[in-house]
Amino acid sequence: MGKKPTQTDILQGTLDLLILRILAPGAAHGHAIAYAIERRSEEVLLVEHGSLYPALHRLEDRGWIASFWGTSENNRKARYYRLTATGRKQLSAEMSRWERVVRAVNQVLRPAEE
Amino acid sequence: MSWRRFLKRRWWDDERAREIAAYLENETADNIARGMPPAEAAAAARRKFGNTGLVREEIYRMNTIGWLESTWQDLRYGVRTLRLSPGFAAIAIVSLALGIGANTAIFQLVDAVLLRSLPIQNPQELAEVKIVGGHHGMGLNQPYGELTRPIWQVIHDKQQSFSGMFAWSVNLRYVGQGSQMRHFHGLWVTGDFFRVLGVRPWRGRLLMPEDGGACPVTHAVVSYSYWQSQMAGREPGPGTKLVVNNDLVEIVGVTPPEFFGMSVGDNFDIALPFCQPKEELRRDIFEVSVMGRLKPGWGLPRASAEMQTLSPGIFEATVPPGRDTGMTETYKHFRLAVYPAAQGVSWLRESYDRSLWLLLGITGLVLLIACANLANLMLARASTRERELAVRLALGASRFRLVRQLLAESALLAAIGTALGIALAHSLSGVLVWALSTEGSSVNLNTGIDWRVLLFAAGVAILTCAAFGVLPALRAAQAQPAAAMKAGGRGMTTGRERFSLQRLMVVTQISVSLVLLVAALLFVRSFRNLMTFDPGMREGGIATGFLGYWQSNLPPQRWAEFQRELLDEVRATPGVLDASTTTNTPLLGSSWGHGVRIGPIEGNSMFTWVSPGYFNTMGIPVVRGRGFNQNDTAASTRVAVVNQTFVRKLLGGADPIGQTLRTGAEPNYPSTVYEIVGVIPDTQYNDLRGATPPMTFAPASQFPAQGPWTSMLIHSNMAPAATSATIKRRLAARHPDVIMEFSDFQKDIRDQLTPERLMAMLSGFFGLLAALLAMAGIYGVISFLVARRRNEIGIRLALGAEHGQIIAMVMREAGRLLLIGLLAGAAISLLAGRSARALLFGLTPYDPPTLVAAALLLALIAAAASFLPARRASKLDPMVALRDE
Repeated sequence: MGKKPTQTDILQGTLDLLILRILAPGAAHGHAIAYAIERRSEEVLLVEHGSLYPALHRLEDRGWIASFWGTSENNRKARYYRLTATGRKQLSAEMSRWERVVRAVNQVLRPAEE
Repeated sequence: MSWRRFLKRRWWDDERAREIAAYLENETADNIARGMPPAEAAAAARRKFGNTGLVREEIYRMNTIGWLESTWQDLRYGVRTLRLSPGFAAIAIVSLALGIGANTAIFQLVDAVLLRSLPIQNPQELAEVKIVGGHHGMGLNQPYGELTRPIWQVIHDKQQSFSGMFAWSVNLRYVGQGSQMRHFHGLWVTGDFFRVLGVRPWRGRLLMPEDGGACPVTHAVVSYSYWQSQMAGREPGPGTKLVVNNDLVEIVGVTPPEFFGMSVGDNFDIALPFCQPKEELRRDIFEVSVMGRLKPGWGLPRASAEMQTLSPGIFEATVPPGRDTGMTETYKHFRLAVYPAAQGVSWLRESYDRSLWLLLGITGLVLLIACANLANLMLARASTRERELAVRLALGASRFRLVRQLLAESALLAAIGTALGIALAHSLSGVLVWALSTEGSSVNLNTGIDWRVLLFAAGVAILTCAAFGVLPALRAAQAQPAAAMKAGGRGMTTGRERFSLQRLMVVTQISVSLVLLVAALLFVRSFRNLMTFDPGMREGGIATGFLGYWQSNLPPQRWAEFQRELLDEVRATPGVLDASTTTNTPLLGSSWGHGVRIGPIEGNSMFTWVSPGYFNTMGIPVVRGRGFNQNDTAASTRVAVVNQTFVRKLLGGADPIGQTLRTGAEPNYPSTVYEIVGVIPDTQYNDLRGATPPMTFAPASQFPAQGPWTSMLIHSNMAPAATSATIKRRLAARHPDVIMEFSDFQKDIRDQLTPERLMAMLSGFFGLLAALLAMAGIYGVISFLVARRRNEIGIRLALGAEHGQIIAMVMREAGRLLLIGLLAGAAISLLAGRSARALLFGLTPYDPPTLVAAALLLALIAAAASFLPARRASKLDPMVALRDE
């Protein structure tokens, strides 16, 4: 399926975090979120755009994000997502957890650095 | 899993579909903007997105509740397949509705009579105080009377176990005056009765302790039904009065509709307070039932222990006077105990306990036969659907899923059948209650549908569903796809195994039908025995009468004389052949006995005081000595006529004429010496059943306890109803103050056989139903087996087999099943017979003619049912059968 060698499958469970982070500054629709992930990761993280939607459904089900129909910048109808208050709390919790994990993994990988 | 999402899952699916469409539009537009041609742009957008179907499915799955969704699918599929074969569905639903309806109706009776608690608050706290082992027939006994009023008073004053207590009794008394006088069902209660039970007034107020002072009674309350039917719903209060037992009584309130008193099956009309008569309370009338609510923490054992401790004092203080030392000692050694009373009391329980459970068993067996038929139908259906199932297995359906699907179909049938059955049961149980009632005693039962009935119906439904659904479903799901498909749908694959399952069903049906037919024949014959049983006296053409003259203001010394005058007037009525007074009407349940002593021998004998015409009226011959005549007067020697059992048991077979017997002393019945002047043959005493006790008859003129009333037996050459009407008219003209009631003796005796009649009717009906169902079952299975052996039979015919040989072959098959079924059925009948023994009259449950008759009947039915398919097989055209090969 034409996967570029430089791209990496997204880490298990991190897609939720990425979506929450992308939505932190303001509302966005699914198409924009997919492109935002690709662009910000300098196209390293590959998201099959379709797989974004079950994740969005799940997050909405948990009440971390809310959705509404709106009109996009080029005047098309699209479903917009925004963070809810619980979603914002969840984002900071997930962020600090992620940072702890990254630090821990780095310490294992480069023990000599201290 | 969220129910909110689940219920909106279709909406969400649409929503996501639109969102995905929006994405694709967006991406396509962007692609075109990047310079792609439109067709390529759309394809690229789709590639970028991935599989839209998969994404939607994933989201749908998140919203759904798996087992619920697939169950729903199964049920819908079940409805569709059943719609495809409406005939099958109709047969299944109707037979289930009948079977479950009959079961539920009987269970409603079981529930109402045996299981249901009284409609009061916290019925489980209610307990009754009774003498352990009863009062040994000491003194007068009234319905439900366990204790005397003096005993109740001592218990009430001394006990600690109950937070509240009351005594109650029921009796038939008169309301109204003169010719307007009517019977009513009276309920006598102590002051705390309604308060302890927690019954609230429907109108006005209920009885309170203040109402129960000195006699006469001044206040009473009426039941809702009496208030509606006899008082036209008139508002209770000072202006509403009734003449009850000659006293003017104010009706102060109405009890709520659901309250019927303490005895299940009866309904009271008027509730009156016990009053304190001028003279001391009688110590020999066991007329009250004593109940109360136990204090919290006082269980039955603790309360019983308290009563046990109190008993010696209680009985010491309440000894009935005028009894011999032996009886008095027995009385003083009585012990009280406390029994649960949440369900109240009921004569129905004693009469119908065993019959009801037995009937429930019978209807259960009928349902079992119906289930076997359905299972056979399901098996046959499964074999025609073999290919469909094989295809689905081949396409990857799991066997478990197939079983579930087939079971869903059965569950659907069971559910519809049950719903219809419950509706049916409601009317059936009404009919049953009606069948329990007789003219004299109407049965009032609440057969409403409560949680127990629903639980029972649901349980029966699940069991039936399992009984007719599981085996066929498991069997069908075992289909081997490859084999089934190869066979080209003509069912060549069915091995002996499936046949044997169907054979098993037929054997079960035959054996169960035999059990039911045997039961039916036993009960019908037992009822016939009772109906034709000769009690040793005349039954037909006899009217019984009760005449009361306490309103005639006669002095007690005139009572006996007035009674003779009344009798003479009755005897002078045209059409009356003979008539007699009696102190006890035979065969209708009441009894009166005394202890007797003949020389050194002590014993008990029944006693009846009759006028001279008694033996002639009742057609009882005097086999030795003489009967009574006008010379036996109050002043002459006390004389007696005894029956042969008396001679055998109390005289050791010696010549009775001239011997004397002495009765034991009892209140109003001083010890008396009688000279035996005659002997009559044995007759039944107060019941058609049971052994004849020693009986003594004495002249009415020598009756020591004459009251202002008498019972009569009148033999006429007209119908008792016509005779009664004539007598009533003539007497009423001359003695307007005399209360008269007449009845048909034979009819009253037969009304006592209501339980037996009901048993005979219902078991007969269910026995026939079972036989019919078995017939259908045998026909179905033999036809099916014949159809499966078409080819074989075709070959046999082609090779020269005779029609007769083919018929014999098929019938042999059926005969084998019949034989096994009959043997099993006979064994079960003999085992189950024990439970019916007590209900049978004049025959034992191990009655060879009954067993043989039932077996022959069933054999006939089986032969008829299998002959048709056998004949069809023999008429088979071998060419047609073989061409199919």
